[in-house]
This record gives sequence, C-alpha cells and structure tokens, in this order.
Amino acid sequence: MLAFLTSQIRMPALAALLFVAPQLAAEDIGDAKAGTEVWEHCSACHQIGQGATSGIGPHLNGIFGRAAGGLEGFDYSKGLIREGNNGLVWSLDKLDAYLENPKALVSDTRMSFDGLETKKERDDILAFLRQFSDNPQNIPEAPPTARTHEIVLPPEVLAIVGDSEYGEYLASECTTCHQIDGANEGIPSITHWPQEDFVVAMHAYKVKVRPHPVMQMMAGRLTDEEIAALAAYFEKLE
Amino acid sequence: MPLNRRTFMVKGVAAATVLSAPHVRADNHAGKPKVVVIGGGAGGATAARYIAKDSKGEIDVILVEPSRMYYTCFFSNLYIGGFRELSSIGHSYGGLTKGGVNVVHDWAVGVDRAAKTVSLAGGAVLNYDRLVLSPGIDFVDGAVPGWDVTSQNKMPHAYKAGSQSELLKAQVESMPQGGTFAMVAPPNPFRCPPGPYERISMVAHVLKETNPTAKIIIADPKPKFSKMALFQEGWADNYSGMVDWIGEEFGGGNVEVNADEMTLSIDGEVTKVDVCNVIPAMKAGRICELAGITEGNWAPVHAATMQSRVDENIHVLGDASAQGDMPKSGFSANSQAKVCAMAVRGALTGSKVFPAKFSNTCWSLIDTDNGVKVGATYEATDEKIAKVDGFISSTGEDAALRKATFEESVGWYAGITADMFGS
Repeated sequence: MLAFLTSQIRMPALAALLFVAPQLAAEDIGDAKAGTEVWEHCSACHQIGQGATSGIGPHLNGIFGRAAGGLEGFDYSKGLIREGNNGLVWSLDKLDAYLENPKALVSDTRMSFDGLETKKERDDILAFLRQFSDNPQNIPEAPPTARTHEIVLPPEVLAIVGDSEYGEYLASECTTCHQIDGANEGIPSITHWPQEDFVVAMHAYKVKVRPHPVMQMMAGRLTDEEIAALAAYFEKLE
Repeated sequence: MPLNRRTFMVKGVAAATVLSAPHVRADNHAGKPKVVVIGGGAGGATAARYIAKDSKGEIDVILVEPSRMYYTCFFSNLYIGGFRELSSIGHSYGGLTKGGVNVVHDWAVGVDRAAKTVSLAGGAVLNYDRLVLSPGIDFVDGAVPGWDVTSQNKMPHAYKAGSQSELLKAQVESMPQGGTFAMVAPPNPFRCPPGPYERISMVAHVLKETNPTAKIIIADPKPKFSKMALFQEGWADNYSGMVDWIGEEFGGGNVEVNADEMTLSIDGEVTKVDVCNVIPAMKAGRICELAGITEGNWAPVHAATMQSRVDENIHVLGDASAQGDMPKSGFSANSQAKVCAMAVRGALTGSKVFPAKFSNTCWSLIDTDNGVKVGATYEATDEKIAKVDGFISSTGEDAALRKATFEESVGWYAGITADMFGS
C-alpha cells in the first residue's frame, strides 16, 4: 500500500523538482537520539557499543547484515537458526518487521517482547541500532543507512518523449564509465542507440532481466522519464 | 575610478596571471560569476570541467593545481604490480584548458572567506563567487609513532601517486630473497577503503614471480576491512602462506616504526623489515583547515549540494569532505563533483537543478585477470549522503567473470579519466 501511494505522488513531485532547489530523494531511517530512549525496552537483555557482550540476548553490534541466528557462540532458539538457514539476513525491512511483531516473523523466537506498534518508535530504534553496524563509508558493502522510494510507473513507457536536456544531466553518471565519444574498451558504447532499444535495455536491467549488477543498480533507480530522457540524449549525441 | 577591494583584486589577478602563467587568459570579464576550484583530481578537475562545459561561457572557472602532470591514485597499485606503466596514469591539463577552464599551476595558501578570495603561493589573489575545495588528503601528524613526512623517502606512504609510487615499486623489486614487506594500514576513515589490500595483492603478485620466499605482514588497527572475504580468499588461493594480516585483535593498531633501523614494532614485538609502507591516518587537505571549514579531521557538507556546513559559498568534494556514507574514492569524488557543478550553476546562473544522485564502484585487482568490485548508489537525506542500494562480487566466482570484471575496470579507468580531464 505504501509503495502504491508513493508511486501515485511521484510523478507530479518529479515535475516540480525540475524547477526548484535540490530535493532530498531518500529518507533517514529515524532519529537516533530519540532511539536511545526506545533502547530502554531492549537494554535489559541486549548490549550494544564498545565492549558489548551477549547475555540473555545476543549483543547487537553489527546486527545489520548479520544472518538470523548468526552470532557465533550464542544459544539461539531453533526458530532463529531455521530462519537463518532459510536465508534471513537482518536488513532494515526485516528488523522493522521483527520489531513490530517478533512472533509474526519468527514464530518460536525466545525474544519475549510484544513489539513496537508505533512506526516512529521503530524508526528511531532502528536508526539507533544502525550506528553500531558497519559504516558504508569504511566498508562500502555495508547495508544501506536510508530508505529510498520505490518507483512504479504506468506501462506506456515507450510513448514517453524524453527530455534530452534532462538526459544530458543524467548522462554524467553514465559517462563516468561509458565514454562519450563512443569508445568501446572493456565497457560498451552507449551512444547513438535507437531510443526504443535503449529504453528496453534499461528497463531490462531495472527489473533484473539483464544480469550486470552495476547496470541493475544504476537502472534500478531511474524513473521511466529519466530512462526516456537518457535515450533521447544518447541517440542524438554528436 | 574609486579603487575598492573588488576592482583591486580583479587587477591583482590579471597582473599575477600575466607574470606567473603566460598561457592563462587575462581575467577581465568582470561581470561574469567566478568559480575557483582548488585541486585538480577526480573531484576538482571534474567540477571545473562540468561547470565550464555546461555554463557555456557564462561562468569563469579557474582551477588551481600545483602539478602539471597529475597521477591518479586509482590504478597506481596496478603500476606497482606491473600491470600499468606510470605514464599511463599521468594526465596533463590541456583538455581542461581547451574546455574553457583557466588552469593555474600554483599552491593555494589561504582563503579569506569574508572577502571571498583565495591567495596563491605565487602571490596572486583570486576572487570567487563560489569556491570549490577538492584538495584530497593530508596525513595526521604523529599518527604512526616514529614516522613523519621526513621518513617518506625511507618508508613511503605511496598514498599520493607519482614519485612515492615509483619509490615503493623500486623498493619491492630490490627486496632480498626471502625478505619482508610490511604495511602499516590506516584507521578509518581513509582514502580508498580497498586500496591497502589491493596493494598487498599487487606486491604479492610481484614477489610470487621474483621472490617467492618473501613474506608480507600487515599491521592493521581495524578489526575488518572492505572486500575482506574476497581478498582473504584471493591471498589464500594465489599467494598461499605469503600474507600475514595482523588485525586489531592481535595488536595491529599498536605499532611503532624506526626508519633508520628499518624496524617495525607490532604490539611490542620488533621485526626487521626490508620495505615498510606506512599509510598514516588521514585528514582533509590542509587548505580546508586554513579556510576554517573543518570539524575534526574533515570538512562537513550538506549532502544535496556539497556545500560546506560552515560557509555556503564553499563546496567541498571528495576525500576532504565529511558527507556520510560514500567511501573516499576517485569515483565518489567524480560523482559528487557533478552534483556540485549543477548546484553551482544553479546558484550563479539560475540553471535547472535536478535531484542529487550519487554512485560509486571500487574495482580491485587480486591477481592477473582476477578483478572484484563493490559498488553502491547513494542519495541525499537531511543528515548526509546515504547508501540506498549496492552490490559486491562473490567469493568463488569463476575465472571468466573475474576477467570480465578486470576488463571492466580498465574501461572504467579510460572513462573516468576522460570525464575528469576532457580530451
């Protein structure tokens, strides 16, 4: 439902963005300072920060990106070990679901906690917890630290007329790797493609039909308008 | 004509440029907004080029960079490993000049934020409407006991590319058979998170060919590092028994060096070494401190525009900035520079400003045709540049994929250097 709502408001918002000052495209998880108060619900069983050790519950340093039941030496419930074996890794969304209702996610968890119903409380405690896991500045592969908006647009994508001026701006990201003069050394040329081919290829990356991870990532956050804009720009590039 | 500060400064610039750099155009477009960019690396060169290119002559852009030939830090490890010539990572500024950037080869030695001027070592004073600082890194004094910059000719850092890279490569190649190469790795945050470990891979590659009984030790103050599983797998598979990583847990952060004796002490145990690559803790390039825009070691910025949190007329790019989640890398600086260029043009000429988007990929070479990568996309939040998505190579990938990843990195190098320096 939330993703549906954001998709509805995304188009007019984007149109407005073209003419105003820089806008923020992602949201911080929550207020980490406020999260220190929420932490009081947790601190009877869990430790966090320098020198934290496991007690009744496992210590929560490095919880983001850790597999469920994954801290060596801690005696987990069968449920957490099972979910870990099933591939559950603690991400923002998974932790959010677990904190909202622990037993809904892991039915036989031993964490005796009713859950945090208020979204703000969950956001704040998650922001607090995130400070004690790897920082992407130092470990670039560390899990994300913010939420971005899921973008889902109507299917008439091929009919969109691309704004090549916008495309030129967006293209600066492409030209970090793809050379503007069409050179083809290790990374393919993307200049002078027919617009439709370009749009189809980019959407194929976006939905991960094409396999290349860098391109999946780059295409994954482009809107249909942005893809059309890039296609318009690169086709007509001199 | 009344001689106020502004007209004086403009004349001062014109006179100084005539004296110090004859090829620089006289700066007499008094009506145009002026941007001064300090530092001609991945952040500064890209910002200067994009502002000049996209403003189509509406903004005067001056780039201040002491070196006439810039050696990229990225791929300098490949030079040490014998995969690139040094000349192939050197770039001159002719393309930027052709692109309308006024390139001044001098040191920036002061910033007067009230007057909005930059003073250069050669005596010139430059006015700016917006100042872009992209000076890269300097080292924290006293970070490694026993080492200071005067030790760098015996114990090179090789973390600014060029003569330091040449020295380290020569030292590795002249190690005695069975000798010891040591690295003192830096604490977080530092330029190029996988860089020290790619360097270890490149040194191991050279030693495997020429000096297979040699040893490599790394004293590291950190408990873990980027692509750790990939590097450790690579070292075990390709350089078995050669590399000994001593992390925080085993005293890797408790080191002292003696450049005259060529010794390294790790947690009290002194070892005689043949090469000692000391990579000290880092801070923003000194001009940021001189401009008074640092907090701690770095210069904090607003994510959406890369504007300093201390002075809205100054933007800080790349390694020197404290921006949030992006690693300090050439790719990051290049990405931030484009956001900055757009914000600067928007402020000075009223051009469209689009939402900030940032990305980074770090490729590393483990051995011949064995490349890995880690990358992410980032967006601006109120607090910082935040990571929103990413990927990393997997352990156990097949040789064809690793070869393709390496070839991709070679293509990227050609792409980003063309994007930075023009052609």
